[in-house]
Amino acid sequence: MEPLDTHDFTDDDTLELPAEPMRLNMGPSHPAMHGTIRMVLDLDGETVVNVDVQPGYLHRGFEKSCERGTWAQVFPYTDRLNYVSPMLNNVGFALAVEKLCGIEVPERGQYYRVVLGELARICDHFTCNAASGMELGAFTPFLWLMKVRDWIWDVLEKETGARLTHSFGRIGGMAMEPTPDLAMDIRAILPEIEKVVVETETMLVRNRIFMDRMQGTGVLSKERALELGVTGPMLRSTGVAYDVRKDSPYMVYDRFDFDVPVGEDGDNYDRFCVRMEEVRQSMRIVEQALDQMPTDGPVSVDDPRMMLPDKERVYNSIEGTIAHFKLIMEGFAPPKGEVYSFTEGGNGELGFFIVSDGSGTPYRVRVRPPSWFNLQSARELLIGGMIADIIPTFGSVNMIGGECDR
Amino acid sequence: MSKALLDRLATLLGDKLLETTDFRGDEVALVAPADWHAAAEFLRRDEKLAMGQFTDLTAVDYPERAPEEPRFDVLLFVRNPETHKRLRLKTRLADGKTLATLTDLWAGASWAEREVYDMFGISFEGHPDMRRILLYKEFEGHPLRKDYPIDRAQPLVPYRDADDTHKLPPFGVDEGQPFARTDWSRRLEGLDAQVSPSLAVAAGQRASLSSEEVHPVHAPEPAADAAASEN
Repeated sequence: MEPLDTHDFTDDDTLELPAEPMRLNMGPSHPAMHGTIRMVLDLDGETVVNVDVQPGYLHRGFEKSCERGTWAQVFPYTDRLNYVSPMLNNVGFALAVEKLCGIEVPERGQYYRVVLGELARICDHFTCNAASGMELGAFTPFLWLMKVRDWIWDVLEKETGARLTHSFGRIGGMAMEPTPDLAMDIRAILPEIEKVVVETETMLVRNRIFMDRMQGTGVLSKERALELGVTGPMLRSTGVAYDVRKDSPYMVYDRFDFDVPVGEDGDNYDRFCVRMEEVRQSMRIVEQALDQMPTDGPVSVDDPRMMLPDKERVYNSIEGTIAHFKLIMEGFAPPKGEVYSFTEGGNGELGFFIVSDGSGTPYRVRVRPPSWFNLQSARELLIGGMIADIIPTFGSVNMIGGECDR
Repeated sequence: MSKALLDRLATLLGDKLLETTDFRGDEVALVAPADWHAAAEFLRRDEKLAMGQFTDLTAVDYPERAPEEPRFDVLLFVRNPETHKRLRLKTRLADGKTLATLTDLWAGASWAEREVYDMFGISFEGHPDMRRILLYKEFEGHPLRKDYPIDRAQPLVPYRDADDTHKLPPFGVDEGQPFARTDWSRRLEGLDAQVSPSLAVAAGQRASLSSEEVHPVHAPEPAADAAASEN
């Protein structure tokens, strides 16, 4: 056999490896990424030269499906938009239809929506941060935060009957009254949540490995974020204090004392910290809302055009039966017109642009998903970074497939 | 509330501003498709409007309108990050017409315009990357048009041709599970092409799976084979 080392390599330039970019497919289903998405990467060594982010693998035709049922039948679909915080979507859609009709929900219902919505927001931020930590090897904080999410889900289950897909919002209110234990149950878990927040921060925020991976990666500038339509914690991490709850208060958010945390650098670390701080602010809002919430009174408007009658009336009177039948079969018909209503969802501005032709079926329901525009910015965050930075960056962008692809 | 925004836009645009509405606090300005980009540029660059934050861009299909009227509404939602004021710009576009892209004003318009193209078939002139985004490129039709039936079946897509890919598709173009409800009556009559391979062979719709024209067999050449065995 011929020995391999007879050739003299020292002055032979032709054996230099050619530096051509490598094309790598990441996804649609990749074990290191949550969410089904495909990224076509052009790599120079380990550096990302170009990336084509291709969403759409979870497209189920939300907007088309809405155009064939009644307005009330949209609620179960909205649960499946951002499936980490379905209550915020329920309320967002209900507010859009109420804006179109020009009605306002009774005060108790508004507080109830705020309380459940902020609990959902805590779940949303915890899920994102838990996954961010786990993807960088910190598995324990993930388990702690999932534990908290389960406590919150216990409360939501007791209130709504479902842990995840509540379908609890109604046009003109909520499906049920709050249970008598609502305040007690939530007050029991709030101090425990605070402990877990502190524990998690102790574990991660000053952790050398975590900081090295998160700081300075996935940097987004303030101007670019605004131009790209980025909203929510991602926009606030760049230093823009835009929060719909503060800047265009809806429901009763103007009655609470809370802060809008902002970051400075717009990197992954800031996004993590902004989310963690927002959990604290949400807890402040929940506490104040529970204090201010009226103990009795209706949670829904008293309007037979949109609210289903009591089951007792449905089964015992012909008027109730007919009212129920008309609402189920024909649906509630909002006035003709088009409105855009926006709320602060888990990931940013969750907007609903709805068009009514005056019938019981929506003419058009456009949801402005915050994830969609946040994900659009991911291309800029990834280019120039290392391939390993894709994981924390994609995690902190928090693309939720159901909402992004609809 | 803030009629000032629409008034400012009216002074900038003059008679190019066709109509303004203010329904439930949403301010809407209607312009002709030819003035779409110019109006958007005022929204972006004028120091009093300064709509620096892109919010959304979408379309609505109105096929029931009179035939001489344009079919689509295209809407742009923008926001001023300082004053928190919002404005909606609207235009009416006929089927088959194109609109100027706004990606040079707000980079965020890119995916929104691609989605409108995907869902409504409205293409945007000057867009750097006008492809479908949520659906795949072989998808037939534009699903958010009102004349697209919600239960329409899409054809199965053959494997894409890629260089150096020698991979046999598991199904022919006309077989396998369709992406919508199965029309069983047509299938029993043998009219539905999307049948199982054996039924399709029996109905004469395709050649047998083992026949050469479907799966060409690459047998090694006998001479080379014999030479190799001798060594």
